[in-house]
Amino acid sequence: MGLAKRIIPCLDVTDGRVVKGVNFLELRDAGDPVEIAQRYNDQGADELTFLDITASSDNRDLILHIIEEVASQVFIPLTVGGGVRKVEDVRRLLNAGADKVSINTTAVLNPKMVEDAAGRFGSQCIVVAIDAKKVDNQPFEWEVFTHGGRKPTGLDAVKWAQHMVRLGAGELLVTSMDRDGTKIGFNNPLNRAISDAVDVPLIASGGVGNLQHLVEGVTLGGADAVLAASIFHYGEYTVQQAKAYMQQHGIEVR
Amino acid sequence: MKNMNIAVVDYGMGNLRSVSKALEHVAPNHTVIVTSDPQLITEAERVVFPGQGAMPDCIRELDMRGLRQVVIEATHTKPFLGICIGLQMLFERSEEGDAAGLGVFAGSVKRFATANMHDAQGQKLKVPHMGWSQVEQAVVHPLWQNIANHERFYYVHSYYVCPEDQSLVAGSTCYPDPFTCAIAKDNLFAVQFHPEKSAQAGLQLLSNFVHWQP
Repeated sequence: MGLAKRIIPCLDVTDGRVVKGVNFLELRDAGDPVEIAQRYNDQGADELTFLDITASSDNRDLILHIIEEVASQVFIPLTVGGGVRKVEDVRRLLNAGADKVSINTTAVLNPKMVEDAAGRFGSQCIVVAIDAKKVDNQPFEWEVFTHGGRKPTGLDAVKWAQHMVRLGAGELLVTSMDRDGTKIGFNNPLNRAISDAVDVPLIASGGVGNLQHLVEGVTLGGADAVLAASIFHYGEYTVQQAKAYMQQHGIEVR
Repeated sequence: MKNMNIAVVDYGMGNLRSVSKALEHVAPNHTVIVTSDPQLITEAERVVFPGQGAMPDCIRELDMRGLRQVVIEATHTKPFLGICIGLQMLFERSEEGDAAGLGVFAGSVKRFATANMHDAQGQKLKVPHMGWSQVEQAVVHPLWQNIANHERFYYVHSYYVCPEDQSLVAGSTCYPDPFTCAIAKDNLFAVQFHPEKSAQAGLQLLSNFVHWQP
């Protein structure tokens, strides 16, 4: 009777439209966020993450409408990330119905924002996203990158994770930039190093290509939750299949 | 005409949208009002007392809005549902900031030990306790109706209640040791988990609350 490991489908949003959905060829409207969120909910998703990849800041507020719509019909936790720069951005996303807000580049540029947001809204709704890459030119193994993995920061990912938790992060979303999009599995040594170094939950992200990768994310990487996009979006696997597989391999799921 | 209002107590601590939307979803014939007006809370048919963030802040904000007395009164007089910090605040004292609660019930609020908590597989357990855990129903209660024993609900918290009166306990969850996750007394029910974020099981509990005639 323990805590279930969470499975979190991740949806990309641009200009107020969901651009990746569940097997979206089947949907009448590939962009209908409620329909997509509802389908993942029906499949047993434990949480949903929306990542705003809108290029223009003009259209970034459009995600608020999506969150409002989804939150009034889908009753599981919703996390929103992408382009969160100010405490005010956090407030607006929470008011729209997000349960947690994920902060990435801004956490590096302005760590005090994490502290301020956690102080104001509570650590339970502040997720810090860490994009990390294996490096050879530093005295540590994994370096934090920003701007979608383009800019090195000189920060040790493990130490950075600990620092973010001290400032009030209630959860960490760790993405391996080496693995993202490769479908060869999570970077489990990275996740394990961070998970062991902090007390807050860790969501593993980046690299899932099959269901065994989800299992390994938990057993090898020590993740408390696993996030995946493409394996669910393109109908390769349903969330139910993922859960059944994890359960067969001794992992507690809902 | 009978007042069909469900008042969600708003004392400025965070987002109550999820709670109100979930109530609207299960109670289309009721009016759900998110309010800090003592009069509306007094007049409402039912009261939902949510809470998130830190308990000392919640108590302070509640007092700043002059809501302490109406909330305490509602715990004795009408269908009342406490959620998360809304459960914790009903007790005498919390380890969080060593804050005094409303003292409706004897007992304290304690923090999970951060060090050396492990699950059955030897994996480290994190604090906050975040995610879906099973609820063992300790009593038969109208609010557990149509909810299977050991159903999972969504949690996010670092503190838990320790009631002195064990007859209050309506449910428990293990993390890794059992803690009280639901209490019931007369017209009051309060839970540590978030029914508004617990998918079908959570909606069922809210629906049970809306139809409850204690």
